[in-house]
Amino acid sequence: MTTNVNIRLAIDRVNMGLLAQNQTRAPRLYTPGEVVTGQFGFMKGHGTYVEGEDIKASVAGVMEQVNKLISIKPLKSRYVGEIGDVVVARITEVQQRRWKVDTNSRLDSVLLLSSVNLPGGELRRRGVEDEQMMRKYLQEGDLISAEVQNIFDEGTLSLYTRSLKYGKLSQGVLVKVFPSLVKRRKTHFHNLTCGASIILGNNGFIWISPTVNNEADGGDGGYAQNLNEVIPRADREVIARLRNCILALAHCKMMLYDTSILYAYEESMKYEVHELLQQEAIFDVAFLTQHRLRLQEE
Amino acid sequence: MSNFELLSEQGLRLDGRRPHELRCIKCKLGVFEQPDGSAYLEQGNTKVLAAVYGPHQAQSNKLDLNEVVINCQYSMATFSTAERKNRPRGDRKSQEITLYLRQALRAAIKTELYPRSQIDVYVEVLQADGANYAVALNAATLALVDAGICLKEYVVACTASLSKNNIPLTDVSHVEEMSGGPTLTVASLPTSNKIAFMEMSQRFHLDNLPAVMEQALNGCREIQAIMEKEVRKHLMQMGSAGDWSNIAK
Repeated sequence: MTTNVNIRLAIDRVNMGLLAQNQTRAPRLYTPGEVVTGQFGFMKGHGTYVEGEDIKASVAGVMEQVNKLISIKPLKSRYVGEIGDVVVARITEVQQRRWKVDTNSRLDSVLLLSSVNLPGGELRRRGVEDEQMMRKYLQEGDLISAEVQNIFDEGTLSLYTRSLKYGKLSQGVLVKVFPSLVKRRKTHFHNLTCGASIILGNNGFIWISPTVNNEADGGDGGYAQNLNEVIPRADREVIARLRNCILALAHCKMMLYDTSILYAYEESMKYEVHELLQQEAIFDVAFLTQHRLRLQEE
Repeated sequence: MSNFELLSEQGLRLDGRRPHELRCIKCKLGVFEQPDGSAYLEQGNTKVLAAVYGPHQAQSNKLDLNEVVINCQYSMATFSTAERKNRPRGDRKSQEITLYLRQALRAAIKTELYPRSQIDVYVEVLQADGANYAVALNAATLALVDAGICLKEYVVACTASLSKNNIPLTDVSHVEEMSGGPTLTVASLPTSNKIAFMEMSQRFHLDNLPAVMEQALNGCREIQAIMEKEVRKHLMQMGSAGDWSNIAK
């Protein structure tokens, strides 16, 4: 099999900055060490600190004010969890009565044995047998979808999967982007019309999988991993195209949500899937998507 | 002291700069996709890449319950100097600079905000043409800003030297370093006028120290202004592409 390798000089790079020409909506930006406001009458929030009389910014970003609370939000950072967030995560360790999970946040997250639905779906006390069976349910390297249940004092997230929509993920593709690129919406599970399902984790992990039939999936509590099932080529192509579209949007720092992904997918149809890895195609898809999103907003 | 005059009769230096002038600075943030923050900085012919991972869960043997663990690695590329030389990661000079980098970064990072965590800073010198430590630190600062890590303010380093007739020179190049002038490296927090790190390569008369230091600190302030401008430009580009829709109105 032959492949075409595309090598080019740095000088021929596509200027992605062209996507950022419309700067009319830009808010005031703050950088570390900059004075935000006098301390009198205000409270300092995240991303700020007090020095002398002033509240100063400690990250580069935009100000968010809730009544008297002033915080600076960086445009890019590690995932900062909030209760109720949908996350896609990877099991890193099996411990006593809990799993350690990587959610791309500052500290490892935990998934307690008591906050999962055991296979079979029945609700009962977890005994010693269950503890010994833990690795059978979820082992190191497995991917799960879950929701943030609680945030401990030092910032560790506690997850739960006690709902049929959460659980172990089977066949699909994981895409990692910066968490701030995923737009917070009411729902983060989407069955896209192009023939694939997508889970947009708030932590920047995105899971693309073939469309699942919800009625058939209910019985096992989301722990069956059907790895023998062969996904048809057409479906895999759709998934690959979606992956490349998402990476294209992320490369151009555009927000990711169902509409933007669907638009990008539609705009990408004139390219072959593998062509979407090239700079020109990435720029073109992102540009057209941005245009459509703006039209829709007006 | 120097056996070679660093300043010509016309008051110009070996590369044609005036005593107080910096070399040309170019920088760029977010050059990589994989790390949490990254930056590229070019000061004259000294070119440096920096990447920051974290804050993430610290390894259990390093874990600190009160503050963040900063893990630095400074390394020089094989092709970075005139003489091609394979430098294993642990050579003495790199280890020393690694320690100094950590010291300066610790002064800027708000370490108490990230207990049990670890921040990895990797700095690679692509081309070495003097003031390697200073450029490496400036690049690391930009990468930290890009990663959204809380800093008290920018930590910026600059070098200064002294000519034979006691005129301080800003931002020393490799030729000037080699021709025997003393080099003073200062890392500072320019807004609050604090010094995070200082190093002298050679002795010079104490009377000259205030002037040379002031020259280096002035250099720091100028570099900070350039970095600040680039950070704003980068933020503007990032936010504008998504029409600032992630910002709560």
